[in-house]
Amino acid sequence: MTDAYIYDAVRTPRGKGKESGSLHEITALSLLTQQLEAIRDRNNLDTAKVDDVIMGCVSPVGEQGADIARVAALNANYHEEAAGVTINRFCASGLEAANMGAAKIMSGMSDMVVAGGVESMSRVPMGSDGGAMIVDPSFNYENHIVPQGISADLIATKYGFSRDDCDAYAVESQKRAARAWKESRFEKSIVPVKDQLGVTILDNDEHMRPGTDMQSLGSLNPSFVAMGRMMPGFDFVALQKYPEIESINHVHHAGNSSGIVDGAAAVLIGSGEMGEAMSIKPRARIRAFAEIGSEPTIMLTGPEAVAAKALKKAGMSTDDIDLWELNEAFASVVLRFMQAHDIDHDTININGGAIAMGHPLGATGAMILGTMVDELERSDRETSLITLCVGGGMGTATIIERV
Amino acid sequence: MRHFRLDLDNDGILLLTFDSPGRSMNVLSGDVISEMAEIVVRIGSDDDVKGAVITSGKDAFCAGADLEELGGHFDSVRALMGTDPEGAKRKLFETQYGLNRTFRALETCGKPVAAAVNGLALGGGFEIVLACHGRFAASDNPKLKLGLPEAMVGLLPGAGGTQRLPRILGLMNAAPILVQGRQLSASDAAAQGVLHGAVPQAELVETAKQWVKDNPGARQPWDEGKFRFPGGGPYTPGGLPIFAGANAMIRKESFGNYPAVGNILKAVYEGAQMPMDAALRIESRYFCDLLLRPESGNMIRSLFLSKQALEKGEARPKGQKKGTVNKVGVVGAGFMGAGIAYVSAMAGMEVVLIDQDQASADKGRQFAIDEQAKRVKRGKSTREKADSLVNRIDATVDYAKLKDVDLIVEAVFEDSGLKAKITQMSEQTIGHTAVFGSNTSTIPITDLAKASARPENFIGIHFFSPVHKMMLVEIIKGERTSDYAISRAIDFVSRIRKVPIVVKDTRGFYANRCVMRYITEGCNMMSEGVKPALIENAGKIAGMPVGPLALQDEVAIDLAYKVIKQTEADLGNEYQPGPITEIVTTMVEKHGRFGRKNGKGFYVYNGREKHLWPELHQFAGNGILDSQPDVNEVKDRLMYAQAIEAARTMAEGIVHDPREADLGSIFGWGFAPFTGGVISFIDTIGVKTFVNRADDLRRYGEQFEVPQLLRDMAVNGETLYGRFSPHKAD
Repeated sequence: MTDAYIYDAVRTPRGKGKESGSLHEITALSLLTQQLEAIRDRNNLDTAKVDDVIMGCVSPVGEQGADIARVAALNANYHEEAAGVTINRFCASGLEAANMGAAKIMSGMSDMVVAGGVESMSRVPMGSDGGAMIVDPSFNYENHIVPQGISADLIATKYGFSRDDCDAYAVESQKRAARAWKESRFEKSIVPVKDQLGVTILDNDEHMRPGTDMQSLGSLNPSFVAMGRMMPGFDFVALQKYPEIESINHVHHAGNSSGIVDGAAAVLIGSGEMGEAMSIKPRARIRAFAEIGSEPTIMLTGPEAVAAKALKKAGMSTDDIDLWELNEAFASVVLRFMQAHDIDHDTININGGAIAMGHPLGATGAMILGTMVDELERSDRETSLITLCVGGGMGTATIIERV
Repeated sequence: MRHFRLDLDNDGILLLTFDSPGRSMNVLSGDVISEMAEIVVRIGSDDDVKGAVITSGKDAFCAGADLEELGGHFDSVRALMGTDPEGAKRKLFETQYGLNRTFRALETCGKPVAAAVNGLALGGGFEIVLACHGRFAASDNPKLKLGLPEAMVGLLPGAGGTQRLPRILGLMNAAPILVQGRQLSASDAAAQGVLHGAVPQAELVETAKQWVKDNPGARQPWDEGKFRFPGGGPYTPGGLPIFAGANAMIRKESFGNYPAVGNILKAVYEGAQMPMDAALRIESRYFCDLLLRPESGNMIRSLFLSKQALEKGEARPKGQKKGTVNKVGVVGAGFMGAGIAYVSAMAGMEVVLIDQDQASADKGRQFAIDEQAKRVKRGKSTREKADSLVNRIDATVDYAKLKDVDLIVEAVFEDSGLKAKITQMSEQTIGHTAVFGSNTSTIPITDLAKASARPENFIGIHFFSPVHKMMLVEIIKGERTSDYAISRAIDFVSRIRKVPIVVKDTRGFYANRCVMRYITEGCNMMSEGVKPALIENAGKIAGMPVGPLALQDEVAIDLAYKVIKQTEADLGNEYQPGPITEIVTTMVEKHGRFGRKNGKGFYVYNGREKHLWPELHQFAGNGILDSQPDVNEVKDRLMYAQAIEAARTMAEGIVHDPREADLGSIFGWGFAPFTGGVISFIDTIGVKTFVNRADDLRRYGEQFEVPQLLRDMAVNGETLYGRFSPHKAD
C-alpha cells in the first residue's frame, strides 16, 4: 500500500455566518477558489498532476450546488484534467474528503489530490437542501430523529453534564482560541479572504469572544427548550427512545455550541513519489482513518466509536495519541468523548475549537486537520487523532503522524 | 337507482338526492359507489345536464363508509394473503381505489358539481363534499358536523380526504381533522374556506344550484397549473418546518402505536408532491396497508361495532325486554353522586338527589349548574336547555320523594353499615319493580344485598371517575341478582349513553381488578431497582394513558392504602403482601404522600408541572440496578400482568363476552386503545406466543402464571374471541 502524506493545509479565517458577517458578500465559489489558488501557489503545484479535487459541502444547493468542487477548480484555473467531486458527510465532510483522497493515494489509483470543503452558511443557510431525514415521515416519524441541539442536550442529561460543566468548557475554548491567535499558532494555514477588488476583507476568526466568562454565559437562555418541550416537542420523541430518562436537561445555548460561520479549507495530499517529483516536503502521514454509524437519535456520540475503530486499524491505543482534536459541535459532545476515552483536557482541542471560532459545516473537518498538522510541528509532538460527530449518528476520524 | 333520486330541473341541473332505502343513515356501500359511478358518467356525457347538486334525503348527509361491509373484507383478504400476498394486495387496492376513482371522475367530469350538505357528513360523506367543486352546508342544523373520524378506528380517510383537505387548509390546519378526528361546524368550515358558504337549510339546494349556474367551467384549484400547496409543500422554505414539525408533534402523542396516524402523514407528505391522480393512488395504497394491519381490524371491532352493540344493550340477558328508565334516585351527593345525577339529567331523566342534609344535596346539584354554565359559555348549549336540565334534579333530604323512581343509585362512602341503612330506608318507599343499585367499588354486592328485602332487585352499578367523562359502567351481578334487574340497569346505562358491561361479583369487579395489576407491577419493578422514569415511560410507550405510578397518584395512594388494609382484614392469613403493600404504607404513614390530591405522591406537583419524587429510590431494596432492563421487557411486564388478569376473569366467568372485556379495558382504565382492548391484545399476539412469553416472565412472580384455560387454548390453536364467541349459541 502506498503511503498518503499531507503536504500542506490552508483555510480561510471564519466570518460570522450572518448578513453582518465579513464574508457574507463573498460567494462560496470565491471562498473555495481562493483556497485552491493558495494551495497551488504556495507549493508551485502543477495542477495537471492533481487527479481530483474532493470538497465537502453540507448544503450543496443554490450557489453551492452542481458540484462546486469542479467549478472552483476550473475557476481557480486548475488544469482541466483535475477532476472535482463534492461530497456530503454532514459535519465531517471536510475530513471525509481528506480520507477519501488518502484512500485514493493509498490504493495507487491517484497520486495527488486536493481535499477540503466549503460552506457559506450566511448565503446558503443550514437546511437549504431539505432532505427526507427530517421531513419524510416514512423515515422521520418512525425513527425518533430530532435536531442536533436536542441530541446534544440528551447527551448532557444521560452522561451527567451540567450547564456549568458545558459553560466552563466553552469559556476554556474561548481562552485557548484567543491564546492560539495571540501566539500566531494558526499563522501557517490562514489565507486571508480577498474581496472582488482583491483587497483583504477578513484575516481573523471574527466569531471569537475572548472575554467570555461564566457570568456572561450564565445570562444566555438555553436554545432548545421551546422546540424540545413545547412546539413541536422533540424532547418527547427522543425520550421514547431513551425511556430511562424522565426529562431532558437543556444546557446548550449559542455560547457553548459551535458558531455559525462562513469558510473554506484545502489540504494537499499525495504519495511520497509525487511529492519528490514536485519537490515538496511531506509534513504528516495519514496513518489510519475510519467512519462509523451509531445510534441516530442521540446522534452525536459517534466520535467515541469511530476513534476506537481508527485506533484499532492503526494498531494504536489512546495512550499513543499525543493530541486530540474533536470538533466542538456542542460542549457536551467533547465532554462525553473525554469521559468515554478518559482523555485529559490538556491534550484535546488545545487551540480552542468551533465554540470559539465557528463551524463552517462542509469545511471544518479539513480545517481542524490542518490545525493539527501545524500544532504537531509547533509543539514538537508526533501523533494526533482528529474526529467529528456527524448527523444521522455517524462519526469520522483520522490519525496522522509527523514525518 | 336505489340509493339516489335524480331530478333534472329546467336549467339542466341534476339534483342527486342520496337516500338509501331501509336505513336511517346513508353509508357508502359498494352498491352506492357503483350507482354513483353511473351517475357521474351521465353528468359528464348527457348534453341536457349542465351541472349537478348532491344532497341527502335523510337528516344526516352521509355517515361515511359501511364499516360492517369493510370489516367483511378483512377475512377474505387475509385468507388470500397467506398464499398470494402480492395478488391479495392488488385485489385489495383495486377494490378500495374504486371510491377514489369515482370521486375523481366526479371532479373531472367537465361540469360543475356542488354539494348541498343538509346534515352530518363524516368520513366518506365529507370526502364526497370535498370532491365537489362548490361546497355549501346548512347553517341552521346544530347536528351538522363535518369530520374525518377514520383514524379513530385505525384507518385513514381513503376517498381523497388526505389529499383534498390539506390542499384546501394546508397541513397545519388539516392535521387536527385528519389525525385527531376534530369535527367542524358549518360556520367553522365556511370560515376556514372548506365550504363556499353556510346558508339556512331552506335556501341550501337553491344556493348550490345557483353556484353551479354561475360557475359553468368550474375546476378544482388543484387541477389548475398555478396551484400552490397552502403553507408550502414539504420542500419549500415555508412548508419544510411544518412537515418536519408535524412528524414530531404527532409522534409525541402516538408513540408510534397508531399506524393510521403514521400513514396519514405519509400520504399527505408524498401526495403533496404529486398531481391529484397520483396522489390518490398513493392514498389508496396507504389505506390498504392499514387494512392489512391488526390495529384497524381490532379498533373497528371494539371501538365501532362492539361499542355500538353494547350501547344498544347487547349484554341484556335473554328473554328480557328493553325498557326505559324515566326517573332515578341518587343517594349520596358527593363527587360521584353529583356526577351520576348530572349525566342522568343530561339524558333527560328526572333525578331525585338525596343527601343527609340539604346543603350537601344542594352542593351535588351545584355541580350540574356549574358544568352547564361552562357549556353555555362555550356555546355548546343554551341557557334555556341548561336551566331545564338543572331543574330536572330535585336536591332533597326526603326519602319519600323516591316513591316513583325506576331505579336508585346509591353512592355514599364505602361503609357497609351506612349502605345497609340506606338500602332499607329506600326500600320502604320505592315500588316493587324499582331496582336498587350500589356504586360501591370495593364491597361485594352479594354482601350488600343481605340488607335488602328484595335481593333479586339489588345490583351493582359501578361508575368510573369523573362520571361525566368516563364511558364505562360495570353492572355487577350479585348471587341473587335477577335478570330483570340486570336488564333495567342496562336500560339506565344505555339511556345515559355509556357502555354497560355485565360482571360477576368479585373483589375489584373487572376493571379495578385488572388495572391493579398494572399499578402493582409498576411497584414490583420499582422495588427491584428499575428506574421509575423507565417504568413510567414504558407504560406510556406501551399505549397506556399514563404510567402506573402516575395512575396511582391520580387514584390516590391513601385510597390504595385503605383498600389494602380492608383486603388484609378480609382475607386474614390468605393475604399476601407484596412490594406495593410496603410502598403504599410507607408513602402514606411515613411521608404523608397521598397522590395528586395533596400535591405529593410518586410525583411532586408544581402547578401544571410534575416530576418524579427524587426519593423514590428508597423503595429499591438493593438500590437502582446498574444495568436497567430493556424497555420491551418493562412494557411486556406491565401489559402481560393486566392481560393475564383479564384472561383469569374470563376463565372464572367473571366476564363472559370478550367484547365486554375489551371495551371494559379501554373505557374503564384506558388500556392501549390501538390493541382493541385487553382480550384482542392476547388474540393478536396469539395465545400460544402469549403463553410462552408469560412463562418467560414467570420468573418475576406468580402474577405471570397463566390460567389453565390459556394453556388448553394454546394447544388447540384457539383464540379468545373464537372460544367465547358472542355469536355462538350457548
